[in-house]
Amino acid sequence: MKTVRWSIPLALFVVLIAFLWVGLGRDPREVPSPLIGKPAPSFALHQLHGDKPLSTAELRGKVWLLNVWASWCVSCRVEHPLLLQLAKAGIVPVYGLDYKDKPDDARAWLAQNGDPYTASIVDQDGRVGIDYGVYGVPETFVIDRLGIVRYKQIGPLSVESLQEKVLPLVRELQK
Amino acid sequence: MRPCLRLACGIALVAFALVAAATKMDAPADAAFDTRIKTLESELRCLVCQNQTLADSNASLAEDLRREVRELALSGKSDNEIRAYLVARYGDFVLYDPPLKRTTWLLWIGPFALLAGGGMLWWTVLRRREHAGRSTQRTTDPHAEARGRALLDDSDEPPHTG
Repeated sequence: MKTVRWSIPLALFVVLIAFLWVGLGRDPREVPSPLIGKPAPSFALHQLHGDKPLSTAELRGKVWLLNVWASWCVSCRVEHPLLLQLAKAGIVPVYGLDYKDKPDDARAWLAQNGDPYTASIVDQDGRVGIDYGVYGVPETFVIDRLGIVRYKQIGPLSVESLQEKVLPLVRELQK
Repeated sequence: MRPCLRLACGIALVAFALVAAATKMDAPADAAFDTRIKTLESELRCLVCQNQTLADSNASLAEDLRREVRELALSGKSDNEIRAYLVARYGDFVLYDPPLKRTTWLLWIGPFALLAGGGMLWWTVLRRREHAGRSTQRTTDPHAEARGRALLDDSDEPPHTG
């Protein structure tokens, strides 16, 4: 009887701690994307360099990353060296979605900081961004051969997120 | 010259009245549309400043989403279709009133379950206490009981004076 008496509050306490541990460990700014496992929204947008448009249909059949960036975006500078490294390694093509930006500013930014993108497309009014559920630039999507979104990174890429999530997933999908 | 001026004035007046009538006729419909959009926007969360509604937020994404909501409404989409459009892109998190489903049942049922659990605990504790009280009533120290009675009897006497 005595053990029951103190084991109930103890059990409640453990449950509470478990909830707080998980709940407080989460980043409230990271809203899980409903797009995971669904077809990547299609787009046909002008490229930043040259005036050929680029559409999702052309990217079918290969694994690619969509990196949402802008010249006004401060944390894009944080992940930029990693993107440059990734481009140099040539593991996976990275397409840039220049989100709500002035094309001239974007071109100048890339000229200054280096251009890691296979191609950059211009989403000046942010409509494609809305289709992709973009709410915090930078964001990076991993899209598979069939055009299905497999992963979304919210916020800048880091060495850890690349090594633990993005690159293993890309290798898996490229098999 | 005079009649000419009068005619011009007349035409201007009629035109003015027509424009006024036209705007007046449009006004109520627009107001209803605006309130509909406002209500919808105040049920949707801005993802940039997460504790604000789309209606309240000044974030540029909120501006874009307000534009999107307005355009969808103008194109004849119903409120539910507009909500579904945003949920498909941003998840249930955009709704201030999340739907009841597998991932949210704890959120909906949790408080009531806790309340019921607490109520049951309270009830069992009360009952146990009542039981304990009843069973110990007869086993009090007889000396203590006698002393208590004496004190009670004592207080029944008129107070001593002088």
